Amino acid sequence: MTLPAEHIFDVKTIKADFPILAQHHQTGNLLTYLDSAASSQMPEVVIEALNDYHRRYHANVHRGIHQLSELATDAYESARKKVKGFINAKSKREIVFTKGTTEGINLVVNTWGRANLKVGDVILVSQMEHHANIVPYQMLAQEKGFTIRFIPITPHGEIDMPAYQRLLSDHSVKLVAITHCSNVLGTINPIADMTRLAHEAGAIIVVDGAQSVPHMPVDIQALDVDFFAFSGHKMCAPTGVGVLYGKQAHLEAMPPFLGGGSMISEVTFDGFTCGELPAKFEAGTPNIAQAIGLGYAIDYLSNISLDAIHAHIQNITHYALDCLRELPNITVYGDSTSRGGVISFTLANVHAHDLSQALDFEGIAVRSGHHCAQPLHRLLGVGATTRASFYVYTTHEDVDRLISALHKTTVFFKR
Amino acid sequence: MDAMYRENILDHGMNPRHKGVVNPATLDFEMRNPLCGDRLRLTLRVNAEQVITHIGWDGEGCAVSQAAASMLGERILGLSIDEVKHIGKEDVFDMLGIPLTANRVKCALLGLKALHVGLYGLEFWQSEDEE
Repeated sequence: MTLPAEHIFDVKTIKADFPILAQHHQTGNLLTYLDSAASSQMPEVVIEALNDYHRRYHANVHRGIHQLSELATDAYESARKKVKGFINAKSKREIVFTKGTTEGINLVVNTWGRANLKVGDVILVSQMEHHANIVPYQMLAQEKGFTIRFIPITPHGEIDMPAYQRLLSDHSVKLVAITHCSNVLGTINPIADMTRLAHEAGAIIVVDGAQSVPHMPVDIQALDVDFFAFSGHKMCAPTGVGVLYGKQAHLEAMPPFLGGGSMISEVTFDGFTCGELPAKFEAGTPNIAQAIGLGYAIDYLSNISLDAIHAHIQNITHYALDCLRELPNITVYGDSTSRGGVISFTLANVHAHDLSQALDFEGIAVRSGHHCAQPLHRLLGVGATTRASFYVYTTHEDVDRLISALHKTTVFFKR
Repeated sequence: MDAMYRENILDHGMNPRHKGVVNPATLDFEMRNPLCGDRLRLTLRVNAEQVITHIGWDGEGCAVSQAAASMLGERILGLSIDEVKHIGKEDVFDMLGIPLTANRVKCALLGLKALHVGLYGLEFWQSEDEE
């Protein structure tokens, strides 16, 4: 049974923490932001944390023996500890700051992948992946000659588990690439089960957590995944920061990714030795303010509680699905019972771009297109969909405005 | 300035005790601080009872890292390999007795890190380093 959102936490109070959501759209309507799966908004505390860093203690980290650098280093490393706690990693050495999910996956592909994948090897990638979890592998496969096979999905938009097991029974599978939560179908995949099966088959698993970490409690040790990447800007932090979690043993055995400052132990004219974790994978000056902002976003979300946020998003999503199903001519893609806060749909005879445009005229922000999942859209037999996505600040009124705007749009395009 | 560069720090930092290389050595291990390029080579000799009888520090570093290594050397001479395991970061901070900022903590602990990583491996150090 799902409690009404108001009983979980007061969404209106939460919404008031987000200055951007208080503004009116040029139509005069209050802005209805339903595009958090693309990028979520930042609460005042995070904006202030960025401001505070820039105004009071901007300096490079890990280098200067001076007060500003000490403050910046403390704040940056404290953000790492917060991430470690947030996903329950074993060690802060397993937390590598990146610029986002895409960089995290590219890091794994170009280090672990480059060192371990060769001709004759197979990797499995699911059909519901974002381009960020397909293309890096395709790029390396062109060079190394390993084979990519796709794990099929069911008509409900879930991983076809028997097919997955059959694919794994081929003894050459070395790696499984899978999203925790589909950014199109909303499906939350059974990562713990898929990881166990991958490990039994001798493969490692690389998980795209961009859509899961912001929305639900994630216990990385319970999932037992080898690598897990996510982005700050989908969880109330700014753009430009993300996290790659990797099991310490993997990170230690892997060659480095980018070369430069911070990632070394010693450099001579003859060569270099790598630094310790996680510095080994953080060459160059990182996005310091953004990482600190991520730490504050984690505090903000943790104070509300991820269980409550998950329950709220489930509640809103089910409400929106019920409303959408009552509308004629709407097709929703994906109907898994285990789903996060995104709904992709089409309106008969109206292209997704026209629909988004019509919704924007009503002050409603949604996304339209293939959502960086072209192969999946081809499989679904649709060129583009419209996606509404929900977050901690989404109210039932936001959904109501979407539904009434959809009514209006349907009528408009029938003329 | 005076709070950090106290008499004892200047004394040990400028005239570190046990400076040199023990030969033959039971342990010969070098630790670097990649942030500043400091390096500290620790050589130790232990007797049949596993007690440290000779100790030598070599390398280069700031007054804080040299003073900390110097004091640590005095502290561990005559201790057994097993007893050395129980010397922690706090003991080093106590010996120094000065306020340290985060970046200087790494200087202060370079000697202890060389000792613990050299004797017990990186994992032991990391387990101590995990808050």
